[in-house]
Amino acid sequence: MNTQSIKLGLVFAMLGVLAVGGGTAVLPEMQHAAVQWFGLTNKQFRDIYSLGQVAPGPNMMMVLVIGYRLMGAMGAALVGAAFFIPDCALTLLANRLWVHFEGSPWRLAVQRGMAPVAIGLMCAGTYAIGKLTIMSPITGRMNPLSIGIAIAVAAILLWRHINPGILVLLSGTIYLLLAH
Amino acid sequence: MPPSSIASDSVPMPRQITLFDLFKLFFMAGALSFGGGVVAYEREYLVGGARWLNDEDFLATLEISETLPGLNSVNIAVIVGDNLRGIPGAIAAVAGLIIPGAVVVMILGVLWNSSRHNPKITHFLLGIAAAAVGMLSVVTLQLGRRQFQNLRDLGIILVTFAAVSIFKISLAWVLLIIGPLAIFLYRPGPAGSRKHAAGTRLPFHHGPRHGKLRS
Repeated sequence: MNTQSIKLGLVFAMLGVLAVGGGTAVLPEMQHAAVQWFGLTNKQFRDIYSLGQVAPGPNMMMVLVIGYRLMGAMGAALVGAAFFIPDCALTLLANRLWVHFEGSPWRLAVQRGMAPVAIGLMCAGTYAIGKLTIMSPITGRMNPLSIGIAIAVAAILLWRHINPGILVLLSGTIYLLLAH
Repeated sequence: MPPSSIASDSVPMPRQITLFDLFKLFFMAGALSFGGGVVAYEREYLVGGARWLNDEDFLATLEISETLPGLNSVNIAVIVGDNLRGIPGAIAAVAGLIIPGAVVVMILGVLWNSSRHNPKITHFLLGIAAAAVGMLSVVTLQLGRRQFQNLRDLGIILVTFAAVSIFKISLAWVLLIIGPLAIFLYRPGPAGSRKHAAGTRLPFHHGPRHGKLRS
């Protein structure tokens, strides 16, 4: 284990534990860490995030690909273990302690107070991916095709409940066909 | 969760739930949930399909999962696995949930890594990222419907967003400072004992609603 792999493991362990309200909450921090500390490019981060949308299960499985891109198969295993094991251990512990707080008024205060924090973090995660998608990192110009797809997908989902997996594949295909 | 303790309000269990049963159920949820919304699939299988939990059990589990850090779908697997079969159960459930996605994402990752300079791949993935922005916006709006309409909550949302996105403060600091402040704002006591507080659970209606999954 060199220092870089120890650092990678520690960063992703921290990201897993800090994911309050789900994976979207840690996207800005993950992007920052991957790009500033481990030398991934913004485009690579965006590509890898998109791969996570195509795979089934939790979207955050894409952290494996970040590890793979940085350090090969060992990196994938390291990041996967770091991202999930400490967080699962914490959840297990909390599940066993939870009964002790049954009926505590503070439990409600925690839930009530952390809910808007989680929503604020989701807004920040959406904004981070939005910026990567809508603004060209090279020219800084807006990408009208991305904006159109994002708005269309949001409108469709607000209008009807469609399996998001279909919209994801359709959007990729439409972009591929319309981009030159 | 021995069957005797839930006999009165829950569906009787036909037989002992094995580790393999746990693995299998969460494997199905992990393998079939495309485009997010894994929690809704877990609910379909746990409540609708296998009937290991009733709706109330599931909502209680979801409530804990949302309050704890980490991915909600993974937290649910840990809690259900632990409650049914202890630590081995939790491991079996989490493994089942993440193995299908891990295999698929790694195959895609290896393919991507060897052809990532192909503009067609870039365009396809950019379209997916754009779709994700639309999806994330809708999910955030739906999950935060109550919070966006409450001035105090809206204030917390804006401060959190600004801290991360504008002032680029690291997440650990944001949570250490804003988290306790937000909890303090809702501290127990005369000011905090609002009747509507019980209805603050985040609704998760962004998953599949079609009942076809009930197999």
